[in-house]
Amino acid sequence: MFETPDLAPLATEIFLLIMIIVVLVSDLFVTDEKRRLTYWLSQLTLIGAIYITMGQYGAESQVLYAGTYIVDDMAIVLKIAIFVIGMLALLYSRPYINDRKILKGEYYMLMLFAILGSSILVSAHSFLTIYLGLELLSLSSYALVACQRDSKLGSEAAIKYFVMGAMASGFLLYGMSLVYGTTGSIEVDVIAKAIASNPESELLFAMGLVFIVCGLAFKMGAVPFHMWIPDVYQGAPTSVTAFISSVPKIATFGMVMRLLTEALPGLSSHWEMMLIILCVFSMGLGNITAIVQGNIKRLLAYSAIAHMGYFLLGLIAGTPEGYSASMFYILIYALTTIGGFGMIIFMSRAGYECDNLDDFKGLWQRSPWFALMMLMTIMSMAGVPPFVGFWPKLQVIMAVIDADKGLLWLAILAVVFSIIGAFVYLRIAKVIFFDKPEDDTPLEADMDMKVALSINGLAMIGLGLFPTLILSYCVKVFA
Amino acid sequence: MTELPLLSLLIWVPIIGALLMLLMGDKNPRLSRAIALILSIGTLLLCIPLYMGFDGGTADMQFVEFASWIPALNINYSLGVDGFSMPLIILTCFSMVIVIVAGWEVIQKRPGQYMAAFLIMEGLMIGVFAALDSILFYIFWEGMLIPMFLIIGIWGGPNRVYATLKFFIYTFFGSVFMLIALIYMGIVGDSFAIADMHKLAMPLETQTLIFFAFLIAFAVKVPMFPVHTWLPDAHVEAPTGGSVILAAIMLKMGTYGFIRFSLPITPDAASEYALFMIVLSLIAVVYIGLIALVQEDMKKLIAYSSIAHMGFVTLGFFIAFGLVSKGHTTAAELGMQGALIQMISHGFISAALFLCVGVLYERLHSRNISDYGGVANTMPKFAAFFMLFSMANSGLPGTSGFVGEFMVIMAAFQESFWYAFLASGTLILGAAYSLWMYKRVIFGDVANDKVAQLEDINARETIIFIALALTVLGFGLYPAPLVNIMDASVTNLLECGIQSKLPGAVVSGVCS
Repeated sequence: MFETPDLAPLATEIFLLIMIIVVLVSDLFVTDEKRRLTYWLSQLTLIGAIYITMGQYGAESQVLYAGTYIVDDMAIVLKIAIFVIGMLALLYSRPYINDRKILKGEYYMLMLFAILGSSILVSAHSFLTIYLGLELLSLSSYALVACQRDSKLGSEAAIKYFVMGAMASGFLLYGMSLVYGTTGSIEVDVIAKAIASNPESELLFAMGLVFIVCGLAFKMGAVPFHMWIPDVYQGAPTSVTAFISSVPKIATFGMVMRLLTEALPGLSSHWEMMLIILCVFSMGLGNITAIVQGNIKRLLAYSAIAHMGYFLLGLIAGTPEGYSASMFYILIYALTTIGGFGMIIFMSRAGYECDNLDDFKGLWQRSPWFALMMLMTIMSMAGVPPFVGFWPKLQVIMAVIDADKGLLWLAILAVVFSIIGAFVYLRIAKVIFFDKPEDDTPLEADMDMKVALSINGLAMIGLGLFPTLILSYCVKVFA
Repeated sequence: MTELPLLSLLIWVPIIGALLMLLMGDKNPRLSRAIALILSIGTLLLCIPLYMGFDGGTADMQFVEFASWIPALNINYSLGVDGFSMPLIILTCFSMVIVIVAGWEVIQKRPGQYMAAFLIMEGLMIGVFAALDSILFYIFWEGMLIPMFLIIGIWGGPNRVYATLKFFIYTFFGSVFMLIALIYMGIVGDSFAIADMHKLAMPLETQTLIFFAFLIAFAVKVPMFPVHTWLPDAHVEAPTGGSVILAAIMLKMGTYGFIRFSLPITPDAASEYALFMIVLSLIAVVYIGLIALVQEDMKKLIAYSSIAHMGFVTLGFFIAFGLVSKGHTTAAELGMQGALIQMISHGFISAALFLCVGVLYERLHSRNISDYGGVANTMPKFAAFFMLFSMANSGLPGTSGFVGEFMVIMAAFQESFWYAFLASGTLILGAAYSLWMYKRVIFGDVANDKVAQLEDINARETIIFIALALTVLGFGLYPAPLVNIMDASVTNLLECGIQSKLPGAVVSGVCS
């Protein structure tokens, strides 16, 4: 009666879960001030996870465990990206939480749980798994944001994040239940078939779709569901902001793909229209509002909103090229933004949060090398070639024009907003390079931090010259 | 010889050298300066095989390099030069040596990084002229903005932040529309190679849109009236070296864009709007010339005079359509060649003039004409060089400034008497503002104590000025080598490039 299922495809998640428990337990016995053991165990966990996941790459995609779980190339590429970015997030976190006495084993554990949630999310193949992964990711993130207990801003951010996140989950669940009610299934491919075979009840499906898109927009932080982003980015400890601005975005991409293009492709004419609205307003509001921000974390939050708009362009195109463009966009964005927040962490000290734009004054005179790294990061965000941020922008715009849906105006709008965006990033460059520093002391940090930041910064130009290194995987996924 | 990737070397040697300089840090300024000089001279020496190996008899691309770069997007690393781009590359390398030498003692604030920024820019600018893939072209075109942004912003004058932001935003604004046009054509024609875009047949409405997308990008760069306002600001605030590169090379990229993209890709739209372009050019020539006349600031005066001179270049390009349709092919060729010579010549003359102002500025820290007077008494050698360059700027026969303008005016005569009349009116205006400035600065009694204490140019400055004076006179007296290099490309552009590209238009045998 009972068959033992083949657990090998699930190896990554199982390994992560076991290691999280190991980290949790071993942390109980660590008295070392810096909690080196916990940190290194966490990093090792991610290295192991990357190793296991890489072994699965290239195989036929398979749906497992009664249609709840899928292993395909998209999931694998996204997982590897999540783990790599997760490692960077851990690395950038360590000095930050160490200085601020929020160094607890739980911090690492929560981050690993969030990573596990992301990993499940991108492999989900039924509404239930999607919801499970999403909640594991979200709940861990809420706790992470709140981990600096005595910070007022942090607590406010955590509550906002939690309330908004819960509401978004509610929307999503309601939408899912409507789709379930009309199709009778929660499995992604069964739903797709049910919708294709019942064109007459399209309106009924669309009803559920509206709520699902709202929920997704909340999670992505696309306008008009973006209100939580600036407050959470600003209020959370910077190391947590670095994490929630990168890893969950990749996971969200996975979720959007599973829900919209795999479960509800039959409704694409509906969701494309909705995404266009989200896209235009995100690009516009994100870029314009970013101009007036004085707090750099808030500025990057608005820039994140704008980037979500560009990211949506590829989905709107609705072609395999568009999907791979969006995927490339989100991967590059995650790498870029974590570099930006890493730089803020690098500049900060205990009791001195370097989160105002003015705190970056004269960075060039204090540490020319890191000023250059920051320049490459923000120019990449602005999409100025030859930095890597240019390629995904080029690719999404190409996809939109190529889709031949009469969306040339959208492409033009996108580049017009990117001019406004360029001004935002130039303002940062101006502060770094042209203003006089208030104190001249060169910045000091641990070696691993310096090396990681340098690699992160050099990746902007390196990948800019050889974008194929990542792009080819994104293209292969949708080939 | 053909094995050596000469163009790649020209692009990457300065860039990689500059990156090494950045890594080295600024601890030893003398060493940084020496390395920068060696790199720039080395790059200039690389131009010798480029010049020697260049075959002026063909309009085909030469020194072609090709490598697949991003297969997923069909973008390739493809380089090559023809008669239009080869002289501009040499001009770039030459100007860069001048800039490095000119900044030798003047730049005291982190000289290593200053020179590294220029060297990076040199590589990128050569890339702009050598790129045969439109996206590669765009990358170089945009990438160049960042070093220039930093150069103006860090080493510039008091109002530098405003000027550099304006510079960046203006140019960025212009070029994103070009990007859309490039992507559109890349998708329609299924290739991003510029040569394939030349062959693309498009209806007039599409061509018009693309023409204007290009126009925004190139007009900002040239700059043409009415999008020229960034240039005086940028010039005034930029350090001398920045002004030299802006005037000598960057402005040429706009006009280079016209002959590489606008004219051959959208000839029907260009012909349709030729009158519009001619009017804009004449406004630049006359109106901006008048503005130059009233400037108090020497750098601003030269900046406006640059805009006026670039008006001649665009005039020379766009009268070609009328001339060809009337059958005056020789005149069209003359105008086109005149425009190209004007591009090169203006590169030398404007560089020289900005250096002259730089020399004065270093000594007196003022660019106001009214702060000077009687400089000839204290700086006789300088006065002589300044005289030559001012004369060249006003188009004196015997200097390179004369050749290009004269050819364009000759051609304009065949098209319309009034074009020629207005254009040659500027020769008078040009003489007026150049020589009036010269008179006020150099002649007369010694204006004040500061002028009385001026020291004449030193050996380093003399060498720069001699080099520039030789080129200005050389091309003025004997422009034939330049004309020969460009000849085949110009003929090809007129015979094939600007022929109708409407769908169904008959392509004659030579051009297919």
